Amino acid sequence: MSTQPTNVPPMQPSPINVRSKAMSFHAARRAATNHFVSGLAILATVIVLAPLAAILFYLVYKGASSLNLAFFTHIPAPVGEPGGGMANSIMGSGVILVLASLMGIPVGIAAGVYLAEFGRGRMLANAVRFTADVLNGVPSIVMGIAIYSLVVMPQKHFSALAGGIVLAIMMVPTVTRTTEEMLSTVPHAVREAALGLGVPKWRTVLSVSLRTASPGIITGCMLAFARVAGETAPLLFTAFGNQFWSFKLNEPIAALPLQIFVYAISPYDEWHRLAWAGSLVLIALIMVSVTLVRIYANRGVLKGGS
Amino acid sequence: MGVGIQVENLNAWYGANHTLQDINLHIPANHATALIGPSGCGKSTFVRCLNRMHETNPIARATGIVKMGEIDVYKDASPVEIRRRVGMVFQRPNPFPTMSIYDNVASGLKLNGFRNKRVLDETVERSLKQAALWEEVKDDLKKKSGASLSGGQQQRMCIARALAVDPEVLLMDEPASALDPVSTSKIEDLIFQLKSQYTIVIVTHNMQQAARVAENTGFFLNGKMVEFDSTHKIFTNPRDKRTEDYITGRFG
Repeated sequence: MSTQPTNVPPMQPSPINVRSKAMSFHAARRAATNHFVSGLAILATVIVLAPLAAILFYLVYKGASSLNLAFFTHIPAPVGEPGGGMANSIMGSGVILVLASLMGIPVGIAAGVYLAEFGRGRMLANAVRFTADVLNGVPSIVMGIAIYSLVVMPQKHFSALAGGIVLAIMMVPTVTRTTEEMLSTVPHAVREAALGLGVPKWRTVLSVSLRTASPGIITGCMLAFARVAGETAPLLFTAFGNQFWSFKLNEPIAALPLQIFVYAISPYDEWHRLAWAGSLVLIALIMVSVTLVRIYANRGVLKGGS
Repeated sequence: MGVGIQVENLNAWYGANHTLQDINLHIPANHATALIGPSGCGKSTFVRCLNRMHETNPIARATGIVKMGEIDVYKDASPVEIRRRVGMVFQRPNPFPTMSIYDNVASGLKLNGFRNKRVLDETVERSLKQAALWEEVKDDLKKKSGASLSGGQQQRMCIARALAVDPEVLLMDEPASALDPVSTSKIEDLIFQLKSQYTIVIVTHNMQQAARVAENTGFFLNGKMVEFDSTHKIFTNPRDKRTEDYITGRFG
């Protein structure tokens, strides 16, 4: 950056240097602004990452020491007895989440398809969109109470199924809205290409629109999954928790967040340590399942695709 | 083999907008027919009425008679059946972005439930050869996404995709307008070869292109067909003053 135009040899009159006093001032100001804004962006990134790093670090620090094989293979030990694990909670969480995904994801995707492909500008579509947004804002404990009165009370007992239902309902809004958003990013030309080949509309939606939008839709499903995987409040009223193995869908079942809750509010140090370990395992399981789904979903992606 | 198309009193609307007014014309079998005219004159709407793509827009409707060979397009068949017999190539290449080159070309058959692998292989090879793309992609058929090809290659792949379902008519809506001159001349060569087997209708803004590839040319203006005649006649001795003004560049 030259600031001394008089030093330029007369042999090389560079047009850039002719008014370089004014130019260099503006250039310097631009460079400074650029560095300042870049710095702000980096700072924001650090602020976003710091809590996550801190939480993970603290979980490993507090929980890793209590992790052993027994944690993954044994059920909780009675108060005062050392050892015990959360095997039944890990399995219970798995059962509830599989149930919730099996119910919530298909309904959510189907509703999103309706909004994006069939309901453009219709009253019903606006109603569905509005309902999904409101449902997304309903506190999870309210969901729990609602399913308690709708499913648990008529059945007269807590059940894994009720837990699955409440989490499924909580997944639906996220899945619906991301499906709609992702489908609306599929270019109209791609749909026309399929229709122009004599492919029926339903087939176009399934094999072209949904397939083109699938990476985004999968991300939405994973977001919804990760969000409900850690829910505790709605499960208090539905799955209830269980200190023993349970493989029946119509009986109370253990779940990691519930077990963490019970242990964390207990007065025993041993249980506190187990609660930390359980939290670490819960986060790890969410990360592993999200990563596995991503790898599975990306397996068929071709070179140069968009 | 291609079939001729007879159009009688075709009218089309977008909402309240009367975009096509009383079109009557005969498009002969196994020839290329060019449609020229300024932007917004109804050429694209016209070809979209031929394979009933027009009605995929909820506010659009059309009346009149379109006969493809013996079939009344609006009476005797569903839109889906018609579109299987009429291939369409769009203005911008529109490959299926998640599909390989092979799947793109085979999509018309595969998405309609056709699974015989040997026949699919043969069809893909034949169509890509017809579209003069086979030599360039034969080694990457299943490895590369259709969207990874260059624009000109993508457009030829889209032509191959349209040919793979063995249509009788090929509609091309400004197929070369988004392409560079080399790709454009490849597409034109292609049209020249394909018209012995298919009835081709090509919309174009490029009058030299119309003159190069088409035996007959129709001139559209403001939703009406002003003149339809042999390409030679249209470009050398048009009957209508407006046609003459347009092809000599006085407007449009």
